[in-house]
Amino acid sequence: MGLESREERVELSVDIAGVRLKNPVMTSSGTFGYGEEYSEFVDLNRLGAIVVKGLSVTPKEGNPPPRIVEAPAGMLNAIGLQNIGIKAFIREKLPFLRQFKTHIIVNFFGDSIGEYVQAAEELSNASASDGGIHALEMNISCPNKEDGWIVFGTDPKAMKQVVTAVRKTTNLPLIIKLSPNVTDIGLMARVVEDSGADAVSLINTIIGMVVDVKKRRPMLANTTGGLSGPAVRPIAVRMVWEVYRAVKIPIIGMGGIMTTNDALEFLVAGAKAVAVGTGNFVNPLATIEIIDGLGRFLAEEGIYNVNNITGSLEI
Amino acid sequence: MSEYFKAAIIDNISLNEDLKLLTITPLVPTISPGAGQFYMLQVGNTYDPLLKRPFSIFRSRGFDYGHRRLEFLYKIRGKGTLCLSNLKKGDDIYVIGPIGNGYPVPKEDFVVIAGGMGIASLYPILERLKKRAYLFYGARNKDELIILDEVMALSKEIIIATDDGSVGQKGVIIDVLKSSPLIKHNSLPVYACGPALMLKGLSMLVKDAKITCYVSLDEYMACGVGACLGCVVKVRSQKTEVYKRICKEGPVFDLEDIVWD
Repeated sequence: MGLESREERVELSVDIAGVRLKNPVMTSSGTFGYGEEYSEFVDLNRLGAIVVKGLSVTPKEGNPPPRIVEAPAGMLNAIGLQNIGIKAFIREKLPFLRQFKTHIIVNFFGDSIGEYVQAAEELSNASASDGGIHALEMNISCPNKEDGWIVFGTDPKAMKQVVTAVRKTTNLPLIIKLSPNVTDIGLMARVVEDSGADAVSLINTIIGMVVDVKKRRPMLANTTGGLSGPAVRPIAVRMVWEVYRAVKIPIIGMGGIMTTNDALEFLVAGAKAVAVGTGNFVNPLATIEIIDGLGRFLAEEGIYNVNNITGSLEI
Repeated sequence: MSEYFKAAIIDNISLNEDLKLLTITPLVPTISPGAGQFYMLQVGNTYDPLLKRPFSIFRSRGFDYGHRRLEFLYKIRGKGTLCLSNLKKGDDIYVIGPIGNGYPVPKEDFVVIAGGMGIASLYPILERLKKRAYLFYGARNKDELIILDEVMALSKEIIIATDDGSVGQKGVIIDVLKSSPLIKHNSLPVYACGPALMLKGLSMLVKDAKITCYVSLDEYMACGVGACLGCVVKVRSQKTEVYKRICKEGPVFDLEDIVWD
């Protein structure tokens, strides 16, 4: 049997939190806008899922520029969660996304438990009445302004509270996006699993800083920013492996994925699906090339179901 | 409408010590750029530098008969442009473009204010409407007044200022503008591109005048397609202030709308 016909036999679909994705490749929140920005270059129908830019109940203006700066094999961003708000998203962006045969995962955040709950509620109601939202991804790397500005995602207690509260609010599949800025990410994953999450995605960006030595000032107006790109990939792969050993819920792996080989590292380490983030900026067709590349690799290896490579790491 | 395509390098030549002219040809049929639009260019073959860099279109040629050429002027300033300068004839790069709104094409005489490399972005409108521009061109010194002969030939009048007085008046171009009747009593549209300080000075200068100024802005960019929200500028919009994307809603803005910090 030729390689091409073997490629056709490869089953790429995966089940994440009860959602059947046609393949395990999605986009990372904040790197793909609301889908339309890349629709000129990418056939959105081919993607396993689109994860849209993080939304809050009320629109957010974001940080002053400069918001981005390059670092070796990566970049730092401090966009400041600029977004149009959930209502405008549902009214202006969701109808466009509904045209495509892909799954839409909505990333959301808040600055208090109440706001997280309200965001989840508004998204769930919109989904119940008109459809088009297949899962929620919760960004927990935000500080709780009602409780000493503790970052939810770095404090097990705060995290348990907010995930439990959101879980009670929504029946949509709930994915928690974990922060890598913690000592023990396996522990954090266990906390969200115990709090009722359906899946975890990781990693969010790693907090970093770049300095302009002549001006003695940080390059970003926000001083610090989140590092992403190939520079973070080995850390992300290690964290996926740690989380894989800690929990039973599915893992969406991300962090510097540029190529098929990169995506495979995450799958082998324990991820069931992967997301391309900064890679979209470098190569708008990265997601499509990875989808094709996975089929080819698996056919060559004689593995006819992508699920069989998840967690296949041998030590 | 932008496209993502592969292009071959035709030439990457030095014009002076750190100024270079890059000429590429798209390897697939592509649309032609408008004046003031830009392209994101791949600058190397490794992950460092990682991101494409934005460059204004300087000249485009042959889009009507299939020998497409895109030309970019750049200075070696940092890692990205240094890497770009090492690319050779025959190398292939990936490109996104043309990007952005561009300048509205003038229909009558117009004023152009260029600071240093800003001239590259303004060149296409000078070329489009030959001998109709009053060009104010400022730079640090004689060597930084790039493509001077070319823009002189395309302008109706040219006024030059250099910081060191090596050519034209000594000082910054905005100070020269202050005493010009073209700014004081004019209704001709103004097109400007240059350092933020120059544009800020221009906005102070025309604050009370009824002049339309189209300015092209620059900012760090990651995607060039409006997704990352990295390249924003604060502008007035329906009585509020919002961040707009330079790559999508710009790079050309009405100067009056820009909120300077």
